[in-house]
Amino acid sequence: MIPAAFEYHRPKDLEGVLSVLVEHGDDARVLAGGHSLIPMMKLRMADVEHLIDLQDVAGMSGIAVDGGSVRIGAMTTQNDIITSDALAGAAPIMHEAALQIADPQVRYMGTVGGNVANGDPGNDMPGLMQCLDATFTLVGPDGERTVAAREFYEAAYMTDRDDAEVLTAVSFAAQAGGYAYEKQKRKIGDYATAAAAVLLTKEGGVCTSASIAMTNLSDTPIWSEAAGAALAGTSVDDAAISAAVGAMLGDIDPTEDNRGPIEFKRHAASVVLGRAIARAWSRA
Amino acid sequence: MSGKKHITMTVNGEAQEFLAEPRELLIHTLRERLNITGPHIGCETSHCGACTVTLDGKSVKSCTVFVAQADGADITTIEGLGNPDSLHVLQEAFKEHHGLQCGFCTPGMITRASKLLEENPSPTEEEVRFGMAGNICRCTGYQNIVKSILAAATEMNAAKEAAE
Amino acid sequence: MNKELTREERTDALGGMGCKRKRVEDARFTQGKGNYVDDIKLPGMLHGDFVRSPYAHAKVVSINTDAAMALDGVVAVLTAADLAPLGLHWMPTLAGDKQMVLADGKVLFQGQEVAYVVAKDRYIAADAVELVEVEYEELPVLTDPFAAMESDVVLREDLMGEGGALPDGAHGPRKHHNHIFTWEVGEKEATQQVLDEADVVAEEMVYYHRTHPCPLETCGCVASMDKVNGKLTLHGTFQAPHAIRTVVSLISGIEEHNIRVISPDIGGGFGNKVGAYPGYVCSVVASIVTGVPVKWVEDRMENLMTTAFARDYHMHGKISATKEGKITGLWCHTTADHGGFDACADPTKFPAGFMNICTGSYDIPTAYLAVDGVYTNKAPGGVSYRCSFRVTEAAYFIERMVEILAIELNMDAAELRRINFIKKDQFPYQSALGWEYDSGDYHTAWDKALKAVDYDGLRAEQAQRVEDFKAGKTRKLMGIGLTHFTEIVGAGPVKNCDILGLGMFDSCEIRIHPTGSAIARLGTISQGQGHATTFAQILATEIGLPADSITIEEGDTDTAPYGLGTYGSRSTPVAGAATAMAGRKIRAKAQMIAAYLLEVHDDDVEFDVDRFVVKGAPEKFKTMKEIAFAAYNQAIPGIEPGLEAVSYYDPPNMTYPFGAYVCVMDIDVDTGVTDIRRFYALDDCGTRINPMIIEGQVHGGLTEALAVALGQEIAYDDMGNVKTGTLMDFFLPTAWEVPNYETDHTVTPSPHHPIGAKGVGESPHVGGVPCFSNAVNDAFRAFGLRHTHMPHDHWRIWKTANELGLHG
Repeated sequence: MIPAAFEYHRPKDLEGVLSVLVEHGDDARVLAGGHSLIPMMKLRMADVEHLIDLQDVAGMSGIAVDGGSVRIGAMTTQNDIITSDALAGAAPIMHEAALQIADPQVRYMGTVGGNVANGDPGNDMPGLMQCLDATFTLVGPDGERTVAAREFYEAAYMTDRDDAEVLTAVSFAAQAGGYAYEKQKRKIGDYATAAAAVLLTKEGGVCTSASIAMTNLSDTPIWSEAAGAALAGTSVDDAAISAAVGAMLGDIDPTEDNRGPIEFKRHAASVVLGRAIARAWSRA
Repeated sequence: MSGKKHITMTVNGEAQEFLAEPRELLIHTLRERLNITGPHIGCETSHCGACTVTLDGKSVKSCTVFVAQADGADITTIEGLGNPDSLHVLQEAFKEHHGLQCGFCTPGMITRASKLLEENPSPTEEEVRFGMAGNICRCTGYQNIVKSILAAATEMNAAKEAAE
Repeated sequence: MNKELTREERTDALGGMGCKRKRVEDARFTQGKGNYVDDIKLPGMLHGDFVRSPYAHAKVVSINTDAAMALDGVVAVLTAADLAPLGLHWMPTLAGDKQMVLADGKVLFQGQEVAYVVAKDRYIAADAVELVEVEYEELPVLTDPFAAMESDVVLREDLMGEGGALPDGAHGPRKHHNHIFTWEVGEKEATQQVLDEADVVAEEMVYYHRTHPCPLETCGCVASMDKVNGKLTLHGTFQAPHAIRTVVSLISGIEEHNIRVISPDIGGGFGNKVGAYPGYVCSVVASIVTGVPVKWVEDRMENLMTTAFARDYHMHGKISATKEGKITGLWCHTTADHGGFDACADPTKFPAGFMNICTGSYDIPTAYLAVDGVYTNKAPGGVSYRCSFRVTEAAYFIERMVEILAIELNMDAAELRRINFIKKDQFPYQSALGWEYDSGDYHTAWDKALKAVDYDGLRAEQAQRVEDFKAGKTRKLMGIGLTHFTEIVGAGPVKNCDILGLGMFDSCEIRIHPTGSAIARLGTISQGQGHATTFAQILATEIGLPADSITIEEGDTDTAPYGLGTYGSRSTPVAGAATAMAGRKIRAKAQMIAAYLLEVHDDDVEFDVDRFVVKGAPEKFKTMKEIAFAAYNQAIPGIEPGLEAVSYYDPPNMTYPFGAYVCVMDIDVDTGVTDIRRFYALDDCGTRINPMIIEGQVHGGLTEALAVALGQEIAYDDMGNVKTGTLMDFFLPTAWEVPNYETDHTVTPSPHHPIGAKGVGESPHVGGVPCFSNAVNDAFRAFGLRHTHMPHDHWRIWKTANELGLHG
């Protein structure tokens, strides 16, 4: 498995990145950790003429927790997330999810930015970002803009990011209440058969808010407003969980692959989600 | 279209400098250009870990890194962990506890384990299994690999204590 | 001189049989100094890479290599048209069929070799592969052997006679143009009669899915033709280097003495590296054409898609018994999917390997087996993945059939086995399908296993779990997997075992050096089994020199004696026996030298650990070290100088290792996720040479069994596309998915083997697969399940639960 040749760029700042992107349009791709892109290039399923390595670009990594808000630079690795004490306090769901991504070596290289920007429905971070109601910072030739994670994904590998833009950071409010990231997979290193991110808050035995997203059950991550709404105002009893699961099942659209047929995936989704809700509730 | 790129890197403490196509995979740089053949090629899609090296303090699968990305990097392979006169504790432990059979996964396995123990000097069995899950072995069933790593941890801790 | 050691101390100092000797191989492997094929770099070496078919069945209309040849650094692009004048566009297979080296007008499976690019480095070769233009015309695809046997589509026009006639194949008459052979063993009518008259008959179609050995190192070679000397050196990942040398000689016309085949360190084999592949032939041709060395190493996708699948047996079984549970008859008809070419690696007279060991550990008086081999549009192979020839299939079949019979009889499956085991005093036992089991004590092993796991306690716990499940208290079921397997390994007696006409003996040649150290060379080749360690242990015990002073060398056909290689757990039973026998020749000569030195008659000295002593006067002795020196510096009347021996061992029989395994598994009915709570493995491999290595082999074999049983498969879609071409989808478990195993043993030596050893490398795989599968099936027995197919991955388990109505 040998990749085709390409021109390599390693700019030191975003300006340098953008100038290559502007010049070469969709012939250019940015490279973060590379553990999605490089295998595709080796299999010659991704055709990249200009590869822009982001590792030297200043200001693109790091985790900043400022009061109630969290900002994670795009080049921050999964391993950085796992080892960040600040994040463990502000968003423990990130820690729980990151541990379930790929394997140790891949987590040293794999970045938050790469995971969310690639648009691979199998990636875990996009659903998680939707659950956290994160916003993505995109920088392009026309300047910087932000877009909600819940508005970002259009189809498999299709996102709101323009070819000439770079995703530089994700931001979200520090989480409150209970949380769970539940993932069923065949083995370490596999994508999810079904995965669920759940955040909810509780006051006096009643769920006051809930946010629920799932991964690898459609060609985009699925944040189900209806599923969250089904829990709000309830005591998260069996009936409420069933209602939330039912709402989610109405929103997902899995396809058959080696992990199993559609019917199984829908069932696994319901079980995984039910367990995630129960666990999040127990922690609220 | 793509010219060769000037690369410098430090491998096992030795400075290296050469011209290479940016697409050259780090595993090929090590094995073919530098004749460092300890790291192996197993799956080529970053699942098996036979090619694991330590790159700037991270355990990395060198089949999924372009040489251009590693320009300026400090790399340690199995060859840099110990030598015949002074084996790494893990190298001794793998022999002592029969933690290898065909030997093909072993360099990546030991290199990864060395990083794991650096970050977590007293892991539980579960932590070893989780921390080694990026390395596949087809021969041993892992039981003796886990045993070897736990034994090495104990020995390294004892040595540290004795030194203090 | 040091104080005199005790006999026990002298024994320990040898590091001989039975001790947990640390491996001598490990120093180089732990330091990254192994020498595998891809580590070999020769001056001027070129790299080969294949253009492969994207289609499973297609006509090759045209191949245009111009653009590839124009690429800077490309030296040659070979197609079938280039090989045809040499007669090398097809090659013989191990099964008596022939296989295209490069596509000759058509392709029969996805990934088939179409053209071979030779370039200055592997990057240029890969670029050139993309530039070769091949025009295909798609043909109808057959991926199901039953459909293939009904189809008008002819897969192998080359095997058709004049006017559509159907000439016989290598194994007799063919029934259909996509049929390869029928192999029958046992008594068909008598078995049918037993079934007709039986109290109880259980019937099931047991499918053992297609999988792959997938060693961590893929296959590869470096061919180097020295045109000046006319010598070809071929380094490669060969489990049988001598056989490869003979095959290369036969197909290339190069005389065998001008070919040197070297297997360096091998990164796991498991059967993958027994066969001869187009990559080897193309590399040899390319080296002959270019005059420089050519390396070819397949990538993981090529490995999974093209070299050496395993299994793919559809086994239709019937087993009959009295109402008390005494088995009376066994009937099996297997439809074997062999892919586009019949390249199964089996002894010539056994086109379905030793599938006729399928009566297992049971005293079954009447049995019948028929196997039909069928061509389909899948990759060729049919290797023995960590088992002797088709023995995993046989063990899986009988161990599933016994479980299904237990359901039919409403009996406990452990008890049903117990009342049908061949009894200790029945050995040597003649099986209904033609084997003579050498030795066994199944009842003792079984009782020990059941006691170790508290079998009755487990069943009580399981019954409670079923109650709890029905009461809605849990969603997890508990399965108890049982297996008692009997293997047949150590192929084999030359009178009935050969591969391509080469008898399946093996060999050992020993040279004792004057200072009392030694080198022994064998016809086998280690792929991780630790031969350099264990064969030295056998010799240490046999010749009384320390194992640490004995070098074991394998894999170089210029130096090693001829042997058939390592697979089918044959190294210890055959080459291990040769080693012991050669050692005994050394000892016989040493005895004469000792007697001369001690000035007594030959019969008046006897061997004692590391020396010969004068009978009745143990203070008078000569150590083996002293004898070795004397062999080189004393003129002894009637005895040639030197101390060397060679033995070619033709085993009188196979060996029959056995074992009793128990698996306890929890199954999440809603997700299909399995959790192996406990696995107990008792192995009886006869005499134990190195308990540490045996235990390691058991751990490894069980883990490969876990993989196969719980998810590992080569899956195809209806168009013949491989769906599991990378390690994302082809299941190799990590440390996280694998449990700790409990190992145990009994020792029933083989009566016909010089040291009583039977071989162990494959037992845990053979026994492990049915044990894991039986655990899954057993979990659902209380809910009416008879049988569900492997692999038991999450969705298939979920489907089973769903069909049983367990999802409400």
